[in-house]
Amino acid sequence: MNHISVPLLEGAPVSGAAAPSAYLKIENLTKRFGAFTALNRINLEIPKGEFVCFLGPSGCGKTTLLRAIAGLDLQNEGSIHINGRDVSHAEPAQRDFGIVFQSYALFPNLTVDRNVAYGLVNLKWSRADIRSRVQELLSLVGLPDQGDKYPGQLSGGQQQRVALARALATSPGLLLLDEPLSALDAKVRIRLRAEIRSLQKRLGVTTIMVTHDQEEALAMADRIVVMNNGSIEQIGGPEVIYCKPETAFVSDFVGHMTFLDATVLEHGRVGVGSLVLAVANSRGFAPGTTVKLAMRPEEVRTRSIDSSTTNAFEARVESLSFLGAFCRATLNPVDSPGTMIAVDFSTNAMRDLGICVGQTRLVAFPPEALRIFPHDSREMHA
Amino acid sequence: MTIGLSLPAASERAISEKQVAAVLIGALCLILILIIALPLWALLSKSFEDADGAYVGFANYLTYFTTPTLFVSLLNSLMVAFLSTAIVVPLAFAYAYALTRTRMRGRGLFYAAALLPIFAPSLLAAISLVYIFGNQGFLSYLLMGNSVYGPIGIIMGEVLSTFPHALLILVTALSLADGRLYEAAAALGTTKQRVFWTITLPGARFGVINATFVVFTLVITDFGVPKVIGGQFNVLATDAYRQVVGQQNFSMGAVVGMILLVPAAVAFVVDRIARRRQVALLSARAVPYEPALNRALDTFYMIFCILIGGAIVATYGVAVWASFIQYWPYNLSFTLNNYVFSNVEPSGWDPYFNSLKMAAAVSVVGTALVFSGAYLLEKTHAFPLGRAVAQFLAMLPMAVPGLVLGLGYVFFYNASWNPLSFLYGTLTILVINTLAHFYTVSHITATTALKQIDGEFEAVSASLRVPFWRTFSRVTVPICAPTILDIAVYMFVNALTTVSAVIFLYGSNSKLASIAIVHMDEAGAGAAAAAMATAIMATAIMVRMLHILATRFIFDRFQSWRRR
Repeated sequence: MNHISVPLLEGAPVSGAAAPSAYLKIENLTKRFGAFTALNRINLEIPKGEFVCFLGPSGCGKTTLLRAIAGLDLQNEGSIHINGRDVSHAEPAQRDFGIVFQSYALFPNLTVDRNVAYGLVNLKWSRADIRSRVQELLSLVGLPDQGDKYPGQLSGGQQQRVALARALATSPGLLLLDEPLSALDAKVRIRLRAEIRSLQKRLGVTTIMVTHDQEEALAMADRIVVMNNGSIEQIGGPEVIYCKPETAFVSDFVGHMTFLDATVLEHGRVGVGSLVLAVANSRGFAPGTTVKLAMRPEEVRTRSIDSSTTNAFEARVESLSFLGAFCRATLNPVDSPGTMIAVDFSTNAMRDLGICVGQTRLVAFPPEALRIFPHDSREMHA
Repeated sequence: MTIGLSLPAASERAISEKQVAAVLIGALCLILILIIALPLWALLSKSFEDADGAYVGFANYLTYFTTPTLFVSLLNSLMVAFLSTAIVVPLAFAYAYALTRTRMRGRGLFYAAALLPIFAPSLLAAISLVYIFGNQGFLSYLLMGNSVYGPIGIIMGEVLSTFPHALLILVTALSLADGRLYEAAAALGTTKQRVFWTITLPGARFGVINATFVVFTLVITDFGVPKVIGGQFNVLATDAYRQVVGQQNFSMGAVVGMILLVPAAVAFVVDRIARRRQVALLSARAVPYEPALNRALDTFYMIFCILIGGAIVATYGVAVWASFIQYWPYNLSFTLNNYVFSNVEPSGWDPYFNSLKMAAAVSVVGTALVFSGAYLLEKTHAFPLGRAVAQFLAMLPMAVPGLVLGLGYVFFYNASWNPLSFLYGTLTILVINTLAHFYTVSHITATTALKQIDGEFEAVSASLRVPFWRTFSRVTVPICAPTILDIAVYMFVNALTTVSAVIFLYGSNSKLASIAIVHMDEAGAGAAAAAMATAIMATAIMVRMLHILATRFIFDRFQSWRRR
């Protein structure tokens, strides 16, 4: 059984090489609980080796989708193919996945070794093979000498690694992570993020992680699936999701966003109160349409600009709140009083420019940093 | 590159886990229908039939309510139940208050003393009262010419035997106190009386309601006490016995059974509501209440507890003592003659060993059935309709007094058309009946323990292709070992002391100790009856002590993983 250790540690080709077909293919998946539609015609393809995050607020359907993929909650309509095999109605045991829950679900009465070996015992391996495999997995997750302890004697982060080792023990084709880091301290969480990601890259195992933490999703995923109200809002890489959100919901849920009522004018301009701003992409809205203008606080420019810079305007600093590495300020444009805009100034800029409340400054938003959305589109519930 | 090993394709498996779960749930339903639903159905339909089995509508009920000799039993029962409840609940409340809300010394001892009646058949309280207040009792003069044989004796006996049941509920209710409320009240300068009426009592309100209904139901359906000490004073339970066993009037027995079902059913519904409300009362962030030291109050409560606890221990002590003396009240010298049961009862010690056998069987079979059943209902998801039916039937016995269930068994398992009628009169049917009788409490205990286990264990196992039954035996059962033991002991002790259900069902070879007590008492062998009851009580207490030791052993040896 020596062959098992080699492929495990050697790593497999990660995504990029165009796979002939998706490893996981979901078509028209719908799940209803009574009158409530938890998943509404979900379509999704995930290539082999990719790390995908389902991101959304609680109740958006991301966990329901994960459980449908696992076969723990069967969908009402639609199909799921894993590795080309139709598993739409297969039981969990027939789907070839490993899963890690937020609660870890480690068996408290079994030692770490036995927890990790739990799925191996069933494969009728020899005792020696099981022992070496368990040792290998525990080394992989950085717990080589904790095998004799019980889960209750480990820290949360260590328990999480054991759960990961157990899920990977049978070398599943698909790794499902259901909010695996939510129960951990902030520091541990950030360290485990990197560890899980590098482990996943090394093993090349197709991975889906459910999370409500946008930072986590941005930091870990190859692609993010943003979900809301049982539907997919947008699928894309972290940069695309953050910089080019397709809906007001995505732009609001991922990162911070100021929304202002605006009217589309001619030539790629919009009017906000008495301000006129240029936008890089007017997305086909006809002049005269009322829209929502979205601007990220950190997109504000305040150095090396002058009154001739595009979208520059004078604004009064109404309030400042110190948030560590940066300060969030509320700006009130001089020409359009009452149009409050949240912006972030780095602590650096605060110091260099001497920004303080009551000051009037020249600021600008580059046109490519402004996005417009239909006026009736839903934002996050504020 | 494969990191995947060639695993046997799971689809090759002949039957899936889901099908196994569905079949097992189906089997559970079938068992519960046989041991709970059908006997109750038999009782219900029998009450609408005449002696020949023809449907007669409400004729039996009409006869019952228009026959004064029958109807008066209903009034008697209500009177006894009301008075007993009115005495027990306030006393038990004060006792529970002393145990939970004061720093009186010896609380554990007082708690144990008050729980004593749980370990004995209710008959024993009545037997003792006969010794104390009967025609030759040493305290008969206290009754001022009134006879203990009748309502006075019944009420005293019921108060004694139901006291611990009320106490258990009220101790639970009063220990669920949020210390923060008391601190807030103190900060606002609230008086002690006002704190009691606005915080303590409302907090325990549902416990009080629950205890009231439980005691009322226990009293109105109890057979043991009125049988021994009721004299000519008829109550529903003794009527049912006389109608069925004495006069073979099954229809009228069924009517009495249906009437007895009413208070228990009401109590069941009230309990369900109270349980739901009580949960909402105590938030997860509540801080336990720590009573302050108050010497005057603690002394007052200690005197109260000495009186009540003392009365209970003394009463049961008299019966134990009486079982060891020659001839009450003339020859008080020590003897073991009363324990030679063959002097008064042809079957000798057999009933005692029958009881042990029966209790052991109920304990083993019942615990296995209840725990596996609760697991299937709680942790698997197959066969929703079957799960709903099983869940309902598992909760039903709580609403059915033992006497009523016993009647149902007579009508169902004694029916000539029933292929299972060969069971009638065997020890097996006593086991089945007792198991059904105590199913609900055990089921709730098991379910509560299972709910505390991570709900994702089965999902993880499925992902690792380990079938649920393997996780059940390797993880769930070991984790729940203390609970499983609790259930086994609960079933054993109750099976040992039960009398009301089995009185209809025993056969010549399956007479139980509790039934032998009734018979010996009927035959005027009070000392032998006391001796048998003492033997049962001693056994039950011993089992309970072994239970405490075994639980400690389990925690030390097999649950080391609980230690951090």
